Amino acid sequence: MKRFAVPAAIVVALAFLPKLTVDIPYLFQESLNTPGTLELLALCLLFGGLALSYDLLFGFTGLLSFGHALYFAVGVYVAAIAMTSWHWSFWQSVLFTALVGFLLAVVLGAVSLRVSGIAFAMVTLAFAQAGSILALKDPYGWTGGEEGFGVDYHKLPAWTVGILNTKHLYWIALAYAAAVFAIVRFAINSSPGHVWQAIRENELRVQVLGLKPYSYKLMSFVLASLLATAGGVVYLLLVGGASTEVTTASFTLTLLLMVVIGGTGSRWGAMIGGILYTYANQRLSDLSSSHAVSQLPSILRTPLQQPLFILGVLFILVVFFVPGGLTRIGQVGLRLDRILRRPATREETA
Amino acid sequence: MSTFLLLTITGLGLGAMYFLIASGLSLIYGLMGVLNFAHGVFITVTGYTLWFTESKLGGVPVLPRFLIAALVGLIVGTVFAALVELVLIRPLYGRHIEQVLVTVGVALAVTALVTAIWGSDARVVAAPAWVGDTTTIFGAHIPNDRWLEIAAAAVVLFALEAFLRRTRYGLIVRAGVENRSMVTALGIDVRRSFTLVFAIGGLAAGIAAVLYTLYSTTVDPQQGTSLVIFAFIVVVIGGLGSIRGTAWAAVIVGLVQQYANYYASSGLGDLSVVLLLGIVLIARPSGLSRSFA
Repeated sequence: MKRFAVPAAIVVALAFLPKLTVDIPYLFQESLNTPGTLELLALCLLFGGLALSYDLLFGFTGLLSFGHALYFAVGVYVAAIAMTSWHWSFWQSVLFTALVGFLLAVVLGAVSLRVSGIAFAMVTLAFAQAGSILALKDPYGWTGGEEGFGVDYHKLPAWTVGILNTKHLYWIALAYAAAVFAIVRFAINSSPGHVWQAIRENELRVQVLGLKPYSYKLMSFVLASLLATAGGVVYLLLVGGASTEVTTASFTLTLLLMVVIGGTGSRWGAMIGGILYTYANQRLSDLSSSHAVSQLPSILRTPLQQPLFILGVLFILVVFFVPGGLTRIGQVGLRLDRILRRPATREETA
Repeated sequence: MSTFLLLTITGLGLGAMYFLIASGLSLIYGLMGVLNFAHGVFITVTGYTLWFTESKLGGVPVLPRFLIAALVGLIVGTVFAALVELVLIRPLYGRHIEQVLVTVGVALAVTALVTAIWGSDARVVAAPAWVGDTTTIFGAHIPNDRWLEIAAAAVVLFALEAFLRRTRYGLIVRAGVENRSMVTALGIDVRRSFTLVFAIGGLAAGIAAVLYTLYSTTVDPQQGTSLVIFAFIVVVIGGLGSIRGTAWAAVIVGLVQQYANYYASSGLGDLSVVLLLGIVLIARPSGLSRSFA
């Protein structure tokens, strides 16, 4: 049971956050128990979980997908449409969303996995793009096109609606992150999980051993997609509406940034990457409108107005100098030494 | 009939645009194994340089102004593409995933920087008047910029084929696509041609950017990304690393998109392209190239 002690302790500690009235200067604008701070923390936890679901594909199975946003968007849009346009109850909508997410992942995964490597990346991108176009063009008048729409909040459970209930949303996001962590941990320690990691290392060898990589990859793909769909439902509760932003290729790319910045193929890495990225993205926006920044000369000020510029540059720096991600920063010295002493070899990709 | 002709020419124009972008992607992928996500940024860089140069040449008449601006845009775009390869891709040789990740970073960071400097709204570019007019053929009124698109793509296709088949560098590139380690084993440094291929890709994408500004008369930070996604589809359908396959796929995708948008319903064109991709992958996972080569 010792292995579960650390994550469990962290979850319990985080669960008590909304009860604290502590003010942390610089890190947060308001004290911890205010709705604004709790909402930011909830978003961070949600994206921590979502990044980990992406890492299940990218870091643990070696599948570079550019279409993860599609399954997240299914969670957001299908649930919201079922409640708003079809007037279904909350739980009916959630069940239906899970079913749609599952079937879509099985069908599209089965098609996309016929190709591998970069072609797989492009095919998943194309399917996600189809979803994005559907949401944008809005053929049935359900999605609200470019502007998106707000969910019919009468259908949501009463204890999740309203600014006073933000702490409940925070707990839901925490539960989601903890559940993803536990599921991913269980999955990668199971026997299919070992095959996933073997596929990442050397797919041909897995085939030679008499296993079919295709079905294992599909399994990983469906599980990761389902976790993303669940994340979409949590996002809907947090944000209260759907917008096309979550369907775009850029959304998947930000997940990739989170995972690589935090550290691929590591549960803590992906999760911390997602949390840090979301936090930095939000706080850099606040910072760029602050007094200190407006004093800067425009050549420094202009790039600071776009958090994505700073995060994109950070990402490139991490790829170059900290290949294991920020959670493995202790190994940087070692890595730099190796890079300087001899040219990169193929083995380092593994 | 005239509608059909109009749709066909417009579809070919769209396909020409896709070909210009996809040919570079396909060559880069074929030779280096890198999916170049920064390709959309090459379009953005050329487009914004064009707009910026034009806005600085206030007193000059429209046609020479546009031509000068386009030339400056193409040069800057090509140099930028070569620099991306030299500075960011070259240190990561042999590490394909990292190279893809870096191009993703470049794509996001440069798009964000352009948005930060010039805003996310579209900027208007003055295009020569002739381009906005139509030519009437068999009763179909066809916008003149479509002819330019088709002609430019034909010239680029011809030039690329000539380069690949008739020159020594082209031979090395073709051999590198076929079997890179064998070329290296013969004592030829394939990596030198990597920068060249990036520059060619940047130039072709830049031509597409110039044509796109003629068509839309605007530049905005996102247009590169949206064009590149369809170019990705074209590259996969055409078979990675094959120029002729890419050309065929670009024509098919452009036509399907136009016909479906008109005869079925607006917006369905984009979806039918994705459907086409699914069908091609099920029937022929390696793309169309082998059937046409």
